[in-house]
Amino acid sequence: MALLRPDPTFYPSPREAAAGPMEQLAYVAAFDRSATRPDAIAVVDVDPASASYGRVVGWTDLPYLGDELHHFGWNACSSALCPTAAHPHVERRYLIVPGLRSSRIHVLDTKENPRQPKVVKVLGPEELAKRAGYSRPHTIHCGPDGIYLSALGGADGADGPGGIAVLDHTTFEVRGAWEADRGPQYLAYDFWWHLTQDVLVTSEWGTPSMVEDGIVGELLLGRKYGHALHFWDLRSRRHVQRVDLGDQYQMPLELRPAHDPTKQYGFVGVVISVEDLSASVWVWHRSDGDGWAATKVIDIPAEPADPAALPDLLKPFGAVPPLVTDIALSVDDRSLYVSCWGTGELKRYDVTDPFHPRETGSVRLGGIVRRTAHPARPDLPLAGGPQMVEVSRDGQRVYLTNSLYGAWDDQFYPDGVGAWQALLHTSGELRLDERFFPHGDDFRGLRVHQTRLQGGDASSDSYCFP
Amino acid sequence: MTVAQVVALVGLGAFHGANPAMGWLFAVARGLQDRSRAALCRSLPPIAAGHLGSVAVVAVVVAVTGSIVASTVVAVVGGLVLVGFGLWRLLSTRHFRWVGMRLSHRELAGWSFLMSSAHGAGLMLLPVLVVGAGAHHHQHSVAAADGALDGLAAVALHTAAMFLTAGVVALLVFHVFGVGILRRAWFNLDRMWAVVLVAAGLATVAQAA
Repeated sequence: MALLRPDPTFYPSPREAAAGPMEQLAYVAAFDRSATRPDAIAVVDVDPASASYGRVVGWTDLPYLGDELHHFGWNACSSALCPTAAHPHVERRYLIVPGLRSSRIHVLDTKENPRQPKVVKVLGPEELAKRAGYSRPHTIHCGPDGIYLSALGGADGADGPGGIAVLDHTTFEVRGAWEADRGPQYLAYDFWWHLTQDVLVTSEWGTPSMVEDGIVGELLLGRKYGHALHFWDLRSRRHVQRVDLGDQYQMPLELRPAHDPTKQYGFVGVVISVEDLSASVWVWHRSDGDGWAATKVIDIPAEPADPAALPDLLKPFGAVPPLVTDIALSVDDRSLYVSCWGTGELKRYDVTDPFHPRETGSVRLGGIVRRTAHPARPDLPLAGGPQMVEVSRDGQRVYLTNSLYGAWDDQFYPDGVGAWQALLHTSGELRLDERFFPHGDDFRGLRVHQTRLQGGDASSDSYCFP
Repeated sequence: MTVAQVVALVGLGAFHGANPAMGWLFAVARGLQDRSRAALCRSLPPIAAGHLGSVAVVAVVVAVTGSIVASTVVAVVGGLVLVGFGLWRLLSTRHFRWVGMRLSHRELAGWSFLMSSAHGAGLMLLPVLVVGAGAHHHQHSVAAADGALDGLAAVALHTAAMFLTAGVVALLVFHVFGVGILRRAWFNLDRMWAVVLVAAGLATVAQAA
């Protein structure tokens, strides 16, 4: 049923979004690495006034096994207010939850009981394969004309190319592959856009055979993982330009364009440089003329370590790579949060000038060698590190979870990655909330990946008005 | 044109112009994107031109068919089409699909034409147009030409009202209220729009009877 007035969680501009009310609940993707129990969406109470603040207050088990939940997103968001095809009276109500390993796509309704969303639709892997020719669905973004979904792999035994599929806004059926002309693009991972500029950007990780059984050393040292960005015309769905970061910069992953629709830049994190194990953050921007370019603006060096303290994979190097696996940009485009999953650190940068980031904060948690504990449980060494970062709309809170990807967790944290979620307050110094630390059995032994905030967050919505 | 027809044409023009889906919101977005009122103002004529085109198609069809077959038939068939379209709009949950924000003025006019057509803006004028077309009792070819001219005058008047309303609303949002008002005041016009379509269809049939 359509609403009489726009969904209150749709905001015309980033400024309006940042001034909106605080989130009350967080949805967290939780998966069973052994694939013997169903994956689930855990619902965490994030209302500081609530008696159950910081606790898991609801669970929705998925109907099958072995999905490996990873990223997910909303059926509709602020892009519904975009003027060319506005449909502001739909509801932000359904979570679209892909299984990265199973290629199933689940639709969960959060309306009736937001603490226990209901599974209302499951698309089997054959739907994505038959209609779009893809598998291993990953990122979800609510687009102006449908729900866009990136996928790492091809279908019917083909490892690639990965790409983007579009789902129908109302039925959630797969409408087809998005690309009219993919040019040289083969590897896929994340995507996002500059909606008002008709520009779509994609990044590169690897095909299913390159990632599903763990990171492959020969491929990494052979510089075979992704190392380029692709720019597309959103209207004609054609590839426009490939921007190569250099093949030592392996795995540019999460894409965070400026929320201000009049800006034409964004940030991408690169997991590792094979020359010195450093990680980096780049800004993409218009180059002279009509093209695009990418400039490295942050370098994070590896930390030397005793090989005995390192997993087999890293022993030969005697150092811990930072492994920047996720980044998040606040809705006001001023703060960039960078996860160093290897060294166990979350860094904050002031990116008011995107070309000259200034580090303004750092918090240590977990890490391959350090195992920094959370102040709520100083006796408990933590495995994993800050991985998925989600920033609240108002920019006051940052949510962290610690699992990267099942097979890769096992390589970098071979004695178990565990499960924890943490919350940072951002005004002034970064500060961990001691009342907020769901971990271990709170998550029923599942590993936790992306967090989505009720009503939208800094990586869920696109705005058409400045 | 009678006073009643003029009032109806202008009223429907204001109704169309006030609907954010018909173009003023896009004009505001273009103005904000370039931080320029001139960009907003430059967007309005192509939007109005597209609307005019969409409405004129209906007017011409009414005039031409009205010269060939009895105006009663035109009114009844047209009215029924309108009722059907209105009911479909009422029951359908589909929304207009379009990707692309960086449009040239020509593309903007095309967008407006499609938007107006998809919403049945021209059909909504049917009761007024049918009455106008029925007023002629000349030889067929002359009647067609006269009817078409009357029809075009009617859609020009309608579009002028649409253009003015859209311009005033766009400038108010741009300068006075800001886009935040969308969250509070963007009422769902879809159902009302569909009801008006059905009512216009029924009125057309009733006039013919």
